[in-house]
Amino acid sequence: MAAAQTLLDKLWAMHEILQREDGVSLMWVDRHLVHEGSHHAFAKIKERSLPVKQPDLTFAVVDHYAPTSRVAKVGNPRVARMISTLRSNAVTHGLRLYDLHDPNQGIVHVIGPEQGITLPGLLINCGDSHTSTHGAFGALAFGIGATDVAHVLATQTIWQRKPKALRVEVDGVLGAGVSAKDIALAWIAEHGTNGALGYAVEYTGSAIRNLSMEGRMTLCNLSVEGGARFGMIAPDSKTFTYLEGRPYVPKGQAWQDACADWRALVSDEGAIFDQNISLDAAKIAPTVTWGTSPEQALPISASIPDPMHVPAAKADAARAALQYMGLKAGQTLEGTPVDQVFIGSCTNGRIEDLREAAAVLRGHRVRVPGLISPGSSQVKAQAEAEGLDKVFMDSGLEWAASGCSMCVGMNGDIVNDGKRCASSTNRNFKGRQGRGARTHLMSPAMVAAAAITGALTDVRQLLASRDL
Amino acid sequence: MVGWCLHKGLAVSLPQENVDTDQLIPARYMSIPRADGYGPYLFYDMRRDENGTLRKNFVLNRHKNTTVIVARRGFGSGSSREAAVYALMDAGIRAVVAPSFGDIFAANCINNGLLPACLDEKSCAALENALANDAKNIRIDIKARVISLSNIKTGFSLDDSWATKLINGWDDIDLTMDHAAEIAAYKDARSRNAPWAWPVVAD
Repeated sequence: MAAAQTLLDKLWAMHEILQREDGVSLMWVDRHLVHEGSHHAFAKIKERSLPVKQPDLTFAVVDHYAPTSRVAKVGNPRVARMISTLRSNAVTHGLRLYDLHDPNQGIVHVIGPEQGITLPGLLINCGDSHTSTHGAFGALAFGIGATDVAHVLATQTIWQRKPKALRVEVDGVLGAGVSAKDIALAWIAEHGTNGALGYAVEYTGSAIRNLSMEGRMTLCNLSVEGGARFGMIAPDSKTFTYLEGRPYVPKGQAWQDACADWRALVSDEGAIFDQNISLDAAKIAPTVTWGTSPEQALPISASIPDPMHVPAAKADAARAALQYMGLKAGQTLEGTPVDQVFIGSCTNGRIEDLREAAAVLRGHRVRVPGLISPGSSQVKAQAEAEGLDKVFMDSGLEWAASGCSMCVGMNGDIVNDGKRCASSTNRNFKGRQGRGARTHLMSPAMVAAAAITGALTDVRQLLASRDL
Repeated sequence: MVGWCLHKGLAVSLPQENVDTDQLIPARYMSIPRADGYGPYLFYDMRRDENGTLRKNFVLNRHKNTTVIVARRGFGSGSSREAAVYALMDAGIRAVVAPSFGDIFAANCINNGLLPACLDEKSCAALENALANDAKNIRIDIKARVISLSNIKTGFSLDDSWATKLINGWDDIDLTMDHAAEIAAYKDARSRNAPWAWPVVAD
């Protein structure tokens, strides 16, 4: 009998063309997603006069630099140049381009699944670290740098050493107001940003099965903040229901055949993981970052740690983080005033995220300004069909077009120096949202709560008072 | 890419955990063509104050001929931006020594001839101490996996396949093209075994 295999084992074997003597594998790439930032890679293949090997498997999207106010002409010449470079590369190589005004445009990790470009059993590469998102569908998806993007463009393959397998098992029921974002921040806080370095994470357990596809994407997306290049969840009926009928998904008998193949994409009973972590969903509280690394996160009810009392190896980082963030040890997280809020990004810019934020905001006026950028133009249309845009605008928040926006600030949406932002994004790094910007990561519902009170707030209290 | 296996240069210490790629190069400088050079943008916000003036006390401003950075765990974590490696290379850095590196960053280093030398926490701390007050000459031997600085001589770890690539300055595209027949055979088999792996024509 064949040895029990993990999902990683199966996906790896499916894509391995060959393995070199040194153990590095040449892998077939089923989907390659490119964006404006891929300009270095296109320049590299141009230098060598190489064509794109499989234009039919390569999809291009304007997202990182997409202005969130869709005026006819992009004002910033730097941004305009980045977009026009992608446009001309897409034309040169005959790539499907989701351009700025395409009704299906959006953040690459939102539109991949939305368009059915992402499927179970695929190997998906993109020059972006949050490519791990697509693993939520049972795909082998990982981010790569520009040289490797050029390699995939030229050969439709990638050299990669197989990572070790880490299982993160989350059982139990999440409390009200607690979401996939909190699961992610909780495990990263516990195991550190290097905790999963060199591993591919498979998320299992009843709490994972109960997550929507949107929640699963949020969780897989944040795998990279825990150090893992890959996150994955075995596909199930929820996965198939999400995908069926989407534009690039097989139809008719081909769909039935595909689902039959995909049902085998699970870790076998008794499969051995190199490491196992387990979490109790019921114990996870709404979680907020206080520092400049995603591992510097705590439940909203906690106080900011004293660098004197954190493990020695983390003391210097804690001290530097508190200085940058303008916070004091011992201060409670709850009640920390914020200057603005942001909801969006490949982490938490999907329809469910907007619904959760709107559920908190409905009927309230916000105390601080904020921007909401839906993850895609389709998400935007859906939200507007549900009247969520009205909830946001009535509350006093700005409703914008889709793109990476204030998560990374490339399009000019930035947080000003010294300003504190409650953000549904993925990185609280120094300067990530703008030079000197102070970012607190949290779920969209928690961002909504902070907008209402003007300070970090436990959304559960707002939800409870609403229920009365 | 030019291969190398021995480097003699000047090392400084940057004693900070998780120096992410956003700090290595802020996103706002990533639209610049590579030919223009990324060196001036390395550590831009750490290196310069809000007016763009160089901070006198920042270590790379004090030692302009630095070629090796001794850092702490999690160096290069975060964004996959290869621009972080371009900035290091264009600023003259040839190696970074740290207890751990961001996964994608390390791969990007290898693709550009920059050495991510992985060292245990204790040895790294010893180097950091030796560099506490000054920059010092350093010698790195990739083949032997040895770093020498003052009276410290320590091994480091580096994946064998990465060492080979750094030493030979190999370009993966050329290596891969040699496997064209195997790739074609795989593609053929995949289209038969997993027809769903090809996108249906949507538009």
